[in-house]
Amino acid sequence: MIVFSAVEKRYDDHVVLSELDFTVSAGEHVCLIGPSGSGKTTILRLLMTLEAADGGTIHVGGECLTHMLRGGRLVPADEKHVREVRKRIGMVFQQFNLFPNMTVRGNLVEAPTRVLGLSGDEANARAVELLELVGLSEKIDAHPTRLSGGQQQRVAIARALAMRPDVLLLDEVTSALDPELVAGVLTLLRDIGERTDITILCVTHEMGFAQDFAHRVLMFDGGRVIEDAPPSKLFAQPDHQRTRDFLRAVIDRA
Amino acid sequence: MPVPSSVLAAAAPVWDWGYALEVLPDLLRALVVTIEITLLGSALAMALGLVIAVLRRARIPVLDQVVWAFVEVVRSTPLLVQIFFLFIVAPRFGLTLSAFLVGVLALGVHYACYTSEVYRAGIDAVPRGQWEAATALSLPHSRTWTAVILPQALPRVLPALGNYVISMFKEVPLLLAIGVVEVVNAAREAGSQTFRFVEPYTIAGLLFLALSYPASMLVRRLERRVGTV
Repeated sequence: MIVFSAVEKRYDDHVVLSELDFTVSAGEHVCLIGPSGSGKTTILRLLMTLEAADGGTIHVGGECLTHMLRGGRLVPADEKHVREVRKRIGMVFQQFNLFPNMTVRGNLVEAPTRVLGLSGDEANARAVELLELVGLSEKIDAHPTRLSGGQQQRVAIARALAMRPDVLLLDEVTSALDPELVAGVLTLLRDIGERTDITILCVTHEMGFAQDFAHRVLMFDGGRVIEDAPPSKLFAQPDHQRTRDFLRAVIDRA
Repeated sequence: MPVPSSVLAAAAPVWDWGYALEVLPDLLRALVVTIEITLLGSALAMALGLVIAVLRRARIPVLDQVVWAFVEVVRSTPLLVQIFFLFIVAPRFGLTLSAFLVGVLALGVHYACYTSEVYRAGIDAVPRGQWEAATALSLPHSRTWTAVILPQALPRVLPALGNYVISMFKEVPLLLAIGVVEVVNAAREAGSQTFRFVEPYTIAGLLFLALSYPASMLVRRLERRVGTV
């Protein structure tokens, strides 16, 4: 479903990702872990086209996100091409990023009507159904600013799902939440993981969640994948000293 | 030999109510012209300023530099020069406009270069996450602007725009240089027929005060309600 080949990303002289290769199969849940600055979030931002890669190619669902064919040659993708491929990808942000000038309903129906061309009734039905899933049916006409962080994040998850994405990107979605609200959001994500066959890429510091949610965990360090294993293996018997140190540090903190 | 001022003072009172009432209708008519120019000029300044701000944010090569240069030239030269320029030079290019229209255009374009900065600040104050969320949902650019960014940016810039409307109102008298009969020009004409200037100019000043002061109070209340950028 997702293929990174030889992807490079630099900010000025600082190399964030170098010669990065990895593949994610359809329906797989992959958690990205590692110290901050190791390039995990950059991977999600590249997939969401919030940033452009400096080298290499990224494919999503068989389509190339970074390049396109024109006259038999591969050229950098233009806005229109990117837009088409991007529709299949949804993202949930650390800071929720709900639109504060719209109600919860407005947030949920905006893109389905404007981008997917759903009728108002269809989009509304979808919004109602998704709010039920995230347990916020009674907040449909509330403004996001009136909601708690946990509620805002549930709405943001519903908003991403309203686009029926094939791929869902979760960028530290519980990092900005008060501790007592984290468990609820994680339970919701587990529920979504079980009920749907969406491919999920998740950057997280919640090792307990990674352990039972992920099919595979990628350990990042210095812009490279240094370890790629099922959670049962990676958390119990990591191959690398770096992974062991990282896990120890994270577990000590928690 | 100059006439001693004491002689003049004795000849006429400093303030003549009858004369004041006599010139008032002319000044009120001129006030209507002043308000018309302010409203039309402000509408132009607000619309054009927004266009400039959005264009500059889009960073289209060449066009961006042209717009930037234009804004800098307008901001760095006196409004009066721009008024004369438009009034005298435009006809050479076959564009003959009434003094009224030159006034609206000159004030509108001049202030647009300032309101564009206000809009820019308002747009910059919208968090980056809002743009990113719009991208993540694949919203078209036009929709991102009209449904997400501007509804958040505009309420915050309203007080600053209001203040520019008030300053434009007070700069309309510059148009007397090209013969527009606004309040100060009307006062001058009344005075030059009777050689009594105290009443017309005082009334002119009071008319500006009577409108500007409540207007700025209104803007201050608006500021408290929406906050500022």
